Amino acid sequence: MDNNKNWIDQRFPLTKVWNEHLAEYYTPRNFNFWYFFGSLAMLVLVMQIVTGIFLTMHFKPDSASAFASVEYIMRDVNWGWLIRYLHSTGASAFFIVIYLHMYRGLLYGSYKSPRELIWILGMILYIALMAEAFMGYVLPWGQMSYWGAQVIISLFGSVPVIGPDLLVWILGDYAVGDPALNRFFSLHVIALPLILVILVFLHIVALHTVGSNNPDGVEIKKNKDKDGIPKDGIPFHPYYSVKDIVGVVVFLMIFSAVVFFAPAMNGYFLEHANFIEANPLKTPDHIAPLWYLTPFYSVLRAIPPMFSSQFPGVVGMFAALLILLALPWLDRSKVKSIRYRSAPYKYALGIFVISFVYLGYLGMQPVTPTNALLARVFTVLYFGFFILMPWFTSIGKTKEVPERVTGK
Amino acid sequence: MSEQTIDLKKRRFLTQATSVVGAVGVTFVAWPFLSTWNPSARAKAAGAPVEVDISKLEEGQLVRVLWRKKPVWIFKRDKTTIKNLRTLDSILTDPNSTETSQQPEYAKNLYRSINPDIAVIVGVCTHLGCSPTYRPELGAADLGGDTWKGGFYCPCHGSKFDLAGRVYAGVPAPTNLVIPPYHFVSESLIQIGVSPAEHEVTPIFKSNKLT
Repeated sequence: MDNNKNWIDQRFPLTKVWNEHLAEYYTPRNFNFWYFFGSLAMLVLVMQIVTGIFLTMHFKPDSASAFASVEYIMRDVNWGWLIRYLHSTGASAFFIVIYLHMYRGLLYGSYKSPRELIWILGMILYIALMAEAFMGYVLPWGQMSYWGAQVIISLFGSVPVIGPDLLVWILGDYAVGDPALNRFFSLHVIALPLILVILVFLHIVALHTVGSNNPDGVEIKKNKDKDGIPKDGIPFHPYYSVKDIVGVVVFLMIFSAVVFFAPAMNGYFLEHANFIEANPLKTPDHIAPLWYLTPFYSVLRAIPPMFSSQFPGVVGMFAALLILLALPWLDRSKVKSIRYRSAPYKYALGIFVISFVYLGYLGMQPVTPTNALLARVFTVLYFGFFILMPWFTSIGKTKEVPERVTGK
Repeated sequence: MSEQTIDLKKRRFLTQATSVVGAVGVTFVAWPFLSTWNPSARAKAAGAPVEVDISKLEEGQLVRVLWRKKPVWIFKRDKTTIKNLRTLDSILTDPNSTETSQQPEYAKNLYRSINPDIAVIVGVCTHLGCSPTYRPELGAADLGGDTWKGGFYCPCHGSKFDLAGRVYAGVPAPTNLVIPPYHFVSESLIQIGVSPAEHEVTPIFKSNKLT
């Protein structure tokens, strides 16, 4: 056994990598509930790739047969329904996990120096994941696939000057059709998964270079024992690998319950109109993107057209997404964790979370005058969180941060 | 020979020159790949004009045909509808169709059509591309009651248009609906995609061009 290991180690740094990233990667000893979601996101990614590979074996990326091939998977392929529901539920689960993972970052200031690059790589991952999910949703070629694609791609048509030509270039036709479906298939199964995997790799390399943050926001590397091991650190493996297994088991219990008992989640995970084949002549009575895109969709709808153009709304929507990248530099507080933050930050974060969730809710609702007004109010609050952040993070009294992690 | 020195300046120049040439090469190679995304010969051919027989079209009736994969509505307006079009100016964004990219020159009139009674409109909302619903009934309670003189309602984001495809003020859609190039081959046959002979050179919209 040892001989085999030596043989490999002379040719590939197996033991070195194992130690650096698992057995001798020291993680703060005070991780709590919020620290499950990074590893769960990895689990869901692997699950999406495996189920995706098997779906690709039966799916036909052709506007004439795509819808029927999905029904074929559901009815005729052995266990096809299970693989498809794992994949479709996995998409929503991915976003639930990612949103909780990002909220953890906000709670404990995990984006603050020296972890800015981890945050930025994570945000690019999030944007790539949205593109991946959107294109995946087009593939079954149902009414929502079609009209959702129509709306999202029209956004590019509103770009001044080059918009109309850009639109035709993206679609490969004058409207959403077979060429668009075919290229989305290619991007969904090859290009974006490759990018996602590479970004996850970079995200983790960056994390392991600076080390994990923790609920106290204390840098454990500042307190090392004589062997150079952080006093508050414990090896990731076996301590957190075992802890994460508990998280995986609980997650899979909830996930399976959805897959087996409510895979469509009453229209939230698979919209009702998507069980009807795409019809370019008839828009469904109410269209909304899937729940994980609705906060940004709400921002888009909240901004009225200006100068006979829909473009300002599109800019607002992308700004809502891209402004998150600036977070590490907008936050002026010396304190990382919410435990020691000043009161103004706590209120601001609360308002931000309410705004984001409510924008998400409004994005699923039809437009009424009241809803439009509410969407505008929450859009202002959403941007207010970022624009006012340099101010409210520099006022108020913060609590004293302890020298060592508290273990609470 | 042993006094050979490294000319750093020359080395930097060579590095930069190689990078620039490489970048130009990459750009040239990228072109065919990016170009594959433009409409193929088949997609362009499928964008050919379509003909519609309107001899059986009744007043108030609307038919939908696909032209370049977009829905095109053809409907017949009755006398009341045509009369009502004059009364809406105050609640419309662009009642006189001043936005020239939204209709060919020969449809830049009150009815936004060649004949006042026959309307030909691309049924794609100018907001984000949904297809609005045909709501010709007068005074529909959910669309503003008495002020509603018939028109189109977009279910996606609530934009409203009148029966000439003109957009209501204060809705998300910024401009009037697009009128495609079309002409009457005979009294009962419309060809969509080609302008009347005297307007043959009318530039059609950028996004619709066949080249």
